[in-house]
Amino acid sequence: MITLNKREELEWHEGLTVQDILKQKTFTYPHIIVSINGAVIDHDAYAETLIPDEADVRVIHLIAGG
Amino acid sequence: MTNKIIRHVLAEFPYQTPRIERGYANQTLYVNVGTGEIKAKPVSDEMKLKFTGGKGFDLWLLWHAVHDDTKWDSPENEIVISTGPCGGITQYPGSGKSLVTTVSPTTEIITDSNAGGHFGPLLKFSGWDAIEVQGIAEKDVMVIVDAIEGKVTIEEMPDAPNDTHLLGRWLYDVLAEKPQEKYYIAMVSAGTGAEHSLLGCLNFSLYDRKRQDVRYKQAARGGPGTVLRQKHIKALVVRAQPFKGDANHPADMERIARVGADIQREIATWDSVQNRMRNRGTSYLVEIMSDYDLLPVNNFKFGSHPQARDINGAYWETRVTQGLPDGCWYGCTVACAHAVDGFELQTGPYKGHKVIVDGPEYETIGAIGSTCGIFDPDAILELNFYCDTYGIDTISYGNTISFLMECYEVGILDQEKTGGLELTFGNAAASLEILHQLARGEGLGKIAALGVRKAKTYVIEHYGADPQFVQDIGMENKGMEYSMYMGKESLAQQGGYALTNKGPQHDEAWLIFMDQVNNQIPTFEDKAEALHYFPMWRTWFGLCGFCKLPWNDVVDPKNSKSAEPAKIPHHVQNYVDIFSAVTGREVDINEIIAMSERVYNFQRVFNIRLGKGLREHDYPPYRGVGPVTEEEYESRRERYDQQLREWLGLDPDAMTLQEKMAAHRHYRTERYERLMDAVYERRGWTRNGVPTVEKLKALGIDFPEVLAVVEKKLRAED
Ligand code: SF4
Repeated sequence: MITLNKREELEWHEGLTVQDILKQKTFTYPHIIVSINGAVIDHDAYAETLIPDEADVRVIHLIAGG
Repeated sequence: MTNKIIRHVLAEFPYQTPRIERGYANQTLYVNVGTGEIKAKPVSDEMKLKFTGGKGFDLWLLWHAVHDDTKWDSPENEIVISTGPCGGITQYPGSGKSLVTTVSPTTEIITDSNAGGHFGPLLKFSGWDAIEVQGIAEKDVMVIVDAIEGKVTIEEMPDAPNDTHLLGRWLYDVLAEKPQEKYYIAMVSAGTGAEHSLLGCLNFSLYDRKRQDVRYKQAARGGPGTVLRQKHIKALVVRAQPFKGDANHPADMERIARVGADIQREIATWDSVQNRMRNRGTSYLVEIMSDYDLLPVNNFKFGSHPQARDINGAYWETRVTQGLPDGCWYGCTVACAHAVDGFELQTGPYKGHKVIVDGPEYETIGAIGSTCGIFDPDAILELNFYCDTYGIDTISYGNTISFLMECYEVGILDQEKTGGLELTFGNAAASLEILHQLARGEGLGKIAALGVRKAKTYVIEHYGADPQFVQDIGMENKGMEYSMYMGKESLAQQGGYALTNKGPQHDEAWLIFMDQVNNQIPTFEDKAEALHYFPMWRTWFGLCGFCKLPWNDVVDPKNSKSAEPAKIPHHVQNYVDIFSAVTGREVDINEIIAMSERVYNFQRVFNIRLGKGLREHDYPPYRGVGPVTEEEYESRRERYDQQLREWLGLDPDAMTLQEKMAAHRHYRTERYERLMDAVYERRGWTRNGVPTVEKLKALGIDFPEVLAVVEKKLRAED
């Protein structure tokens, strides 16, 4: 299991990447900051960055909209 | 000026344009179209200090004009328009907004609405920080502020057309002696729809130099266009002298230029890879909202739709004319005010005409499109055009139609009651037909003309609709229809909509992503803090003449490393610099928040004075809080069931659908009550939502007449 944004528990599996999470959650907004256990992940590295089990994942959308 | 046009001058007031000093003309203009009185009123230092400008000036003037029992159609009600000290800057993007304030026909309290276009800045450069228009004229009149001739007139112009797109062209031709003079003319108008409905918007014009035509931006919320036409005013017009980029005579021009150059660089670098406002405007939001289950569909029942891609930003980018400097005031490089050119109308009195359609903006696409189940872009353009030229608020109209569509689908309305229209979700032809009926004051258009709150009463009284159901599904609070975001899964946004002064327009607080997606404000206290800071921050734009979009729609990614990225601290600092540089009054962010707090609390007291503005007026319809119908619950069953487990420790498998819905309703409404308590406390208000005497004293707005309103209410509470 991993925790997303300190609220939601998501299934973990071997090889799970940041990209997979964004796709699973339909997080399509481009202006985001992703961190895993506090470390910010480069935008270009989402496809290859593996998420470890039990990770604290944050996907912060920088949209203050409307 | 052509001699053939009849101009019957009813009243005339000569004046000399004063020099604008540090963003202020230091006088406001009073016009009574009923009595013909026109006069200048001085702006005191205290007025500037305590009310800043824009909405602050509007409210202060309106407060002294009306009585405790003034209604929207009382002669003493006014339309007040002001930009603010920074309005008219051309070096910083988004610095040309005008704020309109009046007693609203739909909410019956104060409404305020902002618009781009050139009216506010040109009015100031013509010598007036604000215009207040009172009285009711006998026949249709124009109010013309003519800085070139040095006079203000009230005139009858019987040849003037009614609908805005015709009136604008006609009036610019009448008033401009040379073609270039059109650059410096601006008008505020409504149209035939505003004459026959409570949903009237105001069109603020600008002259588009590239298109060589008049275009419009709307101040729409709360029915100010209805008030304009009820006063028998066809247009408020300003004819200004040519001006330069330093027309505000700011205290420190160099500082403004430096900050301006900085943000222009940011926009040039980042907009194309972020929201692409310069190419598609606010329509970029359609796809995002649908992806995150936040796009209102079918009267806010659902939050997404596969056909949203037919009306998303990528589509509009192919449809709006590209490559033109589409700013709604000079110097705005965000330039999101796009238009579709040469659109051929298929219906109504202008069928076959080729017109410019301003927009469509996100709110309009959502309101007359997705929330009515309409995903046909041509229908959206046609509705958009007619709403604008008739002078009708697209948000309120769309909500009212979607409400009536749901009434039809559940059997409250039938074809006999709709005059033969099959008013199902998605029926664009029916929506257009009703819009034309509304403009003629006929048929079902007369019910749509009422807005959601009064349409609710109508279907209850005339068609025996279940009052609870109708209350639940009609998306209005305080009598104002909701703007286009689904707040069901964001408690903070529920408050952002309903714990507001004027009603559920997102310009006070837009917290959905911070709350629902990012989970950055998990506790009641966090949400209350956000519902203090953001409304105060956003209120400030409307005091100064700023547009909110350049604050947060294009942002350098390094902002993400700041302590509070949602506030966009480096842009906040820009505004601190600009305000200080224009006015010479050195401020910081705390003073900015204090400026807004004064005006915000003053507006709350104003609403109390008019008999509302209390806790009982701050409740959202349940459609904005949770699932009203079984269909809605089933559409998100997995999520709702999981919430029952996690939030309430219940086993949804052992419950009936009705039990599950009841459990949600109980939990969600109770949670909203707790939010109200937390927000009122943070704002310095009583549990009933009344600003305390201490709060008003701390803010320095403890004027005797203000305290009297509050003390009377507090005594009644005791
Ligand atoms: S950002 Fe858009 S709405 Fe705001 S001032 Fe610029 S063009 Fe007008």
